[in-house]
Amino acid sequence: MSYSLDFGWLYGALGAIGRGAAMTVFLIVVTTLAGILISVLAAAGRRSGTRWLRQAIGVYVEVIRNTPFLVQLFFIFFGLPSMGIRLDPVMAAIVAMTLNMAAYTTEIVGAGLDAVPLGQREAASALGLRPRLVFVKIVLPQALKVIFPALTSQVVIMMLESAVVSQIAVRDLTYEADMLQARTFRAFETYLVVTLVYLGLSVVVRRVLVAVGRRTLSAGVT
Amino acid sequence: MIEFTFWDILRNLLFATRWTVLLSAAAFIGGTVVGIAILMLRISKRSWARRFASGYIALFQGTPLLMQLFLMFFGLPMLGFRIEPWTAAVLALTFFASAYLAEIWRSGVEALPLGQWDAGASLGLHRVQELRLVILPQAFAITRAPVVGFLVQLIKGTALTSIIGFDELLRTSNAITNATFQPFTVYGLVAVIFFVLCYPLTQYARTLEKREFAH
Repeated sequence: MSYSLDFGWLYGALGAIGRGAAMTVFLIVVTTLAGILISVLAAAGRRSGTRWLRQAIGVYVEVIRNTPFLVQLFFIFFGLPSMGIRLDPVMAAIVAMTLNMAAYTTEIVGAGLDAVPLGQREAASALGLRPRLVFVKIVLPQALKVIFPALTSQVVIMMLESAVVSQIAVRDLTYEADMLQARTFRAFETYLVVTLVYLGLSVVVRRVLVAVGRRTLSAGVT
Repeated sequence: MIEFTFWDILRNLLFATRWTVLLSAAAFIGGTVVGIAILMLRISKRSWARRFASGYIALFQGTPLLMQLFLMFFGLPMLGFRIEPWTAAVLALTFFASAYLAEIWRSGVEALPLGQWDAGASLGLHRVQELRLVILPQAFAITRAPVVGFLVQLIKGTALTSIIGFDELLRTSNAITNATFQPFTVYGLVAVIFFVLCYPLTQYARTLEKREFAH
């Protein structure tokens, strides 16, 4: 039995692949910004908030980290409407991805905050900076610098995991691949091309983040 | 329409859980075997072997697991194999796990002081013996925490096999949801079951990590 690969469909499919890739990139950009913002707040809250808040954050982190992303996505998209919270697919994907990413990055940011020597905080307060300024201007930049490589990896992992949002009909790269293979009957070739696009995206995202980290935090990332 | 009570839902989900557990175990065992082979190439003296292994690892770590599952599911039939979701799921997860495990163990090998290799050589051990008796036992021992951590990731990864039609926990829950119209309860329960499977392992990994730091 012989099977010959056929990539004749590819030229006509470039538009669809491009649109899908754009959606995937859009999702990961929004998620990264929202997720890191939330995780900075959560990591700080876990270290200074009331006991009740600390425990709530701890439960959130453990629940997200110990259940599959796909289950979280289905719960948010299919489960929450019965409580009256109805989200459209893209919104549900953004919420699910942000909650997922923030749980992982809360731990990462927390480790970074712990790595900043106490003397830095004391020196800043001795100079008369208010506690909030000490955190924003002194502690956070140093923490982010230390954890930048870990954050970069987490963003790439999240982007790869975002392939499953196609299951709730978000028109991302995987969704477009599903549509293409249904039209061309060239399932293997289609998924092979899209896999390579993902591989390229993860390389590019990593490069971009490293460059951003170098410029803004002078973080020495390789 | 058949009425589903809460217990019917739970019982059906628990029955499906064994497939999730079995698939995780099969993939972990397969991943260990293939992973050791990749590790051997990754720390080989030959540069082509090292390059092949790091390419393999980069490929599996740089592409979505869902795509790996699809390629296995649609690709193997082209080679003339009759493929069922179970076979595709086990194979894809095995290769996925092997890449991550090889990378974890490599970090363990590289963390060992070079003196360990020298000591092995000075005892007159052949390279294979050196690896088997000196290097690998220590590398495995110091990477136990990340390996358990990866096992959690692997268990969560099995949920994706529902998409290629393997009847594990999540696919069963989709079917139950379609019959009962209670997605909140069903997916909530699925999350609880996955949590019960994964949380003890997460805690175990944390204990191992603390013990490692205590040394």
